[in-house]
Amino acid sequence: MSEKSWKEVPIGGLIVEPGNSKNYKTGSWRSFKPVWYEDRCIQCLACWNSCPEPSIFVVEGKVTGIDYDFCKGCGICAEVCPEKAHAIEMEPEF
Amino acid sequence: MANLIEVRWHGRGGQGAKTAAMLLAEAAIEEGKHGQAFPEYGPERTGAPVRGYTRISDEQIRIHSAIQNPNVVIVLDQTLLDTIDVTEGTTSESVLIFNTSLTKDQIRKKLKNSDRKIYILNANQIAQEEIGRPIPNTVMLGALMKATGLMQMDTLLNGLTKKFKHKFSQQVIDKNIKAVKRAYEEVESE
Amino acid sequence: MSKIMGLSGNEAVAHAMRQINPDVAAVYPITPQTELMHQFAEFHSDGLVDTELVLVESEHSAMSATVGAAAAGARAMTATSANGLALMWEIVYIASSLRLPIVMPVVNRALSGPINIHCDHSDTMGARDSGWIQIFSENGQEAYDNAVMAVKISENKTILLPTMVTLDGFILSHTLERVEILEDNEVKKFIGEYHPETSLLDVDKPSTYGALDLQDYYFEHKRQQFEAMGNVLPVIEQVSKEYGKLSGRDYGLIEKYRVDDAERVIILMGSSVGTAKDTVDDLRNAGEKVGLIKIRVYRPFPYNALREALKHVKALAVLDRAISFGTFGGPVFTDVRAMLFGNGVSLPMMNYIYGLGGRDIDKAQIRLAFDSLKDVVKTGKVKKEVNFLGLRD
Repeated sequence: MSEKSWKEVPIGGLIVEPGNSKNYKTGSWRSFKPVWYEDRCIQCLACWNSCPEPSIFVVEGKVTGIDYDFCKGCGICAEVCPEKAHAIEMEPEF
Repeated sequence: MANLIEVRWHGRGGQGAKTAAMLLAEAAIEEGKHGQAFPEYGPERTGAPVRGYTRISDEQIRIHSAIQNPNVVIVLDQTLLDTIDVTEGTTSESVLIFNTSLTKDQIRKKLKNSDRKIYILNANQIAQEEIGRPIPNTVMLGALMKATGLMQMDTLLNGLTKKFKHKFSQQVIDKNIKAVKRAYEEVESE
Repeated sequence: MSKIMGLSGNEAVAHAMRQINPDVAAVYPITPQTELMHQFAEFHSDGLVDTELVLVESEHSAMSATVGAAAAGARAMTATSANGLALMWEIVYIASSLRLPIVMPVVNRALSGPINIHCDHSDTMGARDSGWIQIFSENGQEAYDNAVMAVKISENKTILLPTMVTLDGFILSHTLERVEILEDNEVKKFIGEYHPETSLLDVDKPSTYGALDLQDYYFEHKRQQFEAMGNVLPVIEQVSKEYGKLSGRDYGLIEKYRVDDAERVIILMGSSVGTAKDTVDDLRNAGEKVGLIKIRVYRPFPYNALREALKHVKALAVLDRAISFGTFGGPVFTDVRAMLFGNGVSLPMMNYIYGLGGRDIDKAQIRLAFDSLKDVVKTGKVKKEVNFLGLRD
């Protein structure tokens, strides 16, 4: 539960702080997590292109890892990863 | 409210009973009086019997119930006399004004309460001659002014001009005014 | 300088809307409201307003478009009646929950069935818990005045709630009466410009409207609405006072008519109030100590003003133009009784349901209600609480 009283929150359920979804970490929703294997990755960026969150770290045009704070484990990245590369695998979270 | 006058209009859909009821109230308001007008809210179709109502008073009109005991009844169509009781709710003080080609005696025979004070006018004929169409509603306002002295003729004619100027040419308005003036002169009382 | 005109209730409110000149108006026809928006649309085609007219495909869409426009920062209006209000239902609640100061004239009509297009208050009564302010009108003049004042009330920073301005279907909406219209610039100045603190189109201060609100904060937001409703009555009194200075017509939350020394009093709302005032005068002329109270602001319910007004009264009848099934009387009766009971006042009171589906209410019926209170004054007891006026037994 959040802590603020009815006197403190904006009226009407409005969200007046843009981008505040960063404060709400959704990583705990996962039951499967994507695991990225750098050695097999061909840097096609299909995962980055398809991730709805987005939770694929990219530095200077190259995938560097997965943001587990926000990844909900949907598995799209593993699905779009080219079969020959097979650089992302879904593994049970627990 | 002793000075409250309640008028009931009888007509057939298309004869302008509602328009006349509204026009009368508007003219009264124009003169600085209070006026209220409303149609009878039934299914509206051309030729069906319809009613309109007008209240006029020097004081604010607060009442919003139906008019049950009109001081004045105006009948725009004599054929209504065979189907409805136009004297309904009237008292011995009430005045009835008919647009008709019949005589007073012929009218009286058709009335349920035959002792009422009646006025007759062939408004269709006047309208046909002056306006070119047998639309009796505005013409009957002239007869009403004569029968009741409800307001100044000038005020009525001003109200009529104002109401019609968006819809009709000055020529048509002039014809209507002439017809109303003729009605004032030609209406027959007892 | 005001202008005196002969206008139907619908036309009077359309003139108010013309002068309010809302940024957006959503339009959908329903009897007996149709003529109102028809008239406004004429003003629009004559170029007399700057309003963006949205011709929608249902009332659900009308309220949705109005909510969307209001969230985007526009001064937005729509109008409806009965079944139209019913179809708006879910969005009616969203308007108040999103704290959008929409003003909506509602032309009161029976909420079918059997199908009926005439006046009673069952349509807006259903929305009495929806978080909208509800102001009832006695005549065309009040409908006009209320529509103008509602904008200023709704948009008050301590309120930000939508308002329904009601007028009785046909009895007011289609009846031509003498109405005093303010000058256009007087209304413009009175309501001022609308500058919401947040809006969807404010790109410098982006915000989200309508986000999911679950167990963690929904309750808090409802508490805020409750608080805002609590702020309404003093604001209405303040706005009424300012409006009184401008127009010469100063309205309170309730109107007391010959109540001060009255033993028998009736409470009612809407167009039947005028008929009842004439009845009170008749009875007063005959030496009877009677009076009436008109409830103008129904939501929020003016508890304190009513309690104060009823201090010296010996017997009370509440006249409801709506029926509430499965409870112990009409909605106004229930409210009045709860208010009195909660304050330890035991005033014997009767309830009369009247005028459903446009049934005419005349002075004779109202006199009957006053007459039945004679016995209550004598005995201090009410034989039958819920009664019907003008019903064939």
